[in-house]
Amino acid sequence: MRRHCNRLWGMALLLILVAGCERSPSPWVLHDISGLMPPLEFTLHDGSGQTRSEKDYRGDRVLLYFGYTHCPDICPTTLAKLVSAVHQTGKAAERTRILFVSVDPARDTTDVLQHYGQAFGPQVTALSGTQAQLRALSKRYRVSYGYGKADARGRYEVSHSSAVFIFDRHGSARLLATGADSAKKISTDLKRLAAE
Amino acid sequence: MAGCCRVLLTVLLLVGSTLVTAADITARQAWIRLLPGSLPAAGYLQLVNRGTQTVRLTGVQGTAFAAIEIHESSEQSGVARMRRVESLAIPAGKTVALKPLGYHLMLFNPVEGLKPGGRVTLTLEFSDASRLPVAFQLRDAAGQ
Repeated sequence: MRRHCNRLWGMALLLILVAGCERSPSPWVLHDISGLMPPLEFTLHDGSGQTRSEKDYRGDRVLLYFGYTHCPDICPTTLAKLVSAVHQTGKAAERTRILFVSVDPARDTTDVLQHYGQAFGPQVTALSGTQAQLRALSKRYRVSYGYGKADARGRYEVSHSSAVFIFDRHGSARLLATGADSAKKISTDLKRLAAE
Repeated sequence: MAGCCRVLLTVLLLVGSTLVTAADITARQAWIRLLPGSLPAAGYLQLVNRGTQTVRLTGVQGTAFAAIEIHESSEQSGVARMRRVESLAIPAGKTVALKPLGYHLMLFNPVEGLKPGGRVTLTLEFSDASRLPVAFQLRDAAGQ
């Protein structure tokens, strides 16, 4: 009887502990999107014109961001922040890639992509694709993009997602950073991800 | 006599300069983010209005760029956008910052040869017909 009681108490304690764990706050600083978004998968091309897919980044942590190069403010500010966050992770930076996906393939030729990626350092790869490829990728991660009306000189603005999707080294979607998240917050979670 | 002439010349220059510059507006921390090739650059600075009237920034001129516009970046519901604004009010006694992810100058088609570490002068035009030349520090894509 006493043994039975002890077992009951033990089970109750376990239940309390499990319930406690479930209620504890997420260990991540950024939004945890594990299981909410599909694994990394795309077909695009890089600045040398070579086809790139998620297979090229297997084993790397990937930060995926959508933008366009004729964006002088938001895109470079975000990319500089991501580069700074990756640098703050120290040795883990070697296996962390920032993939900048241009949703403006009409202006972002391979040559433009090549120089743009290089301007932010070796961690950044600028990619783009056909409208079908870009639509497939943006649909996969439930983001949108669109083109404004061109002015007399043919210049137009592009609206794009401000989200940064972070994938682990297995390609699983894990975290979502928004425009408001600082480099320090992002690096805190990248370090944690690298330690897994 | 020579000293007197020098004083007179200085006075004339001072008077002249107040006529062509914005007396109540001063600029600080002016810098430009350069992107590769002919991609548009962004200009940032703080404008301080020490006067008693609101003054509007209505235009920017400079030979280093084909065209210069005032733009505003915004983020709503996870979507980043940029729009052109015709002018920007600098209220009396206030400082207005053109800074990353907010108001900025959109600088189209930079001339060749602009490099981080250099400087470029742009002339700001205001609603009271005053003009203010400002030296902008050139920085790289990452803002360094």
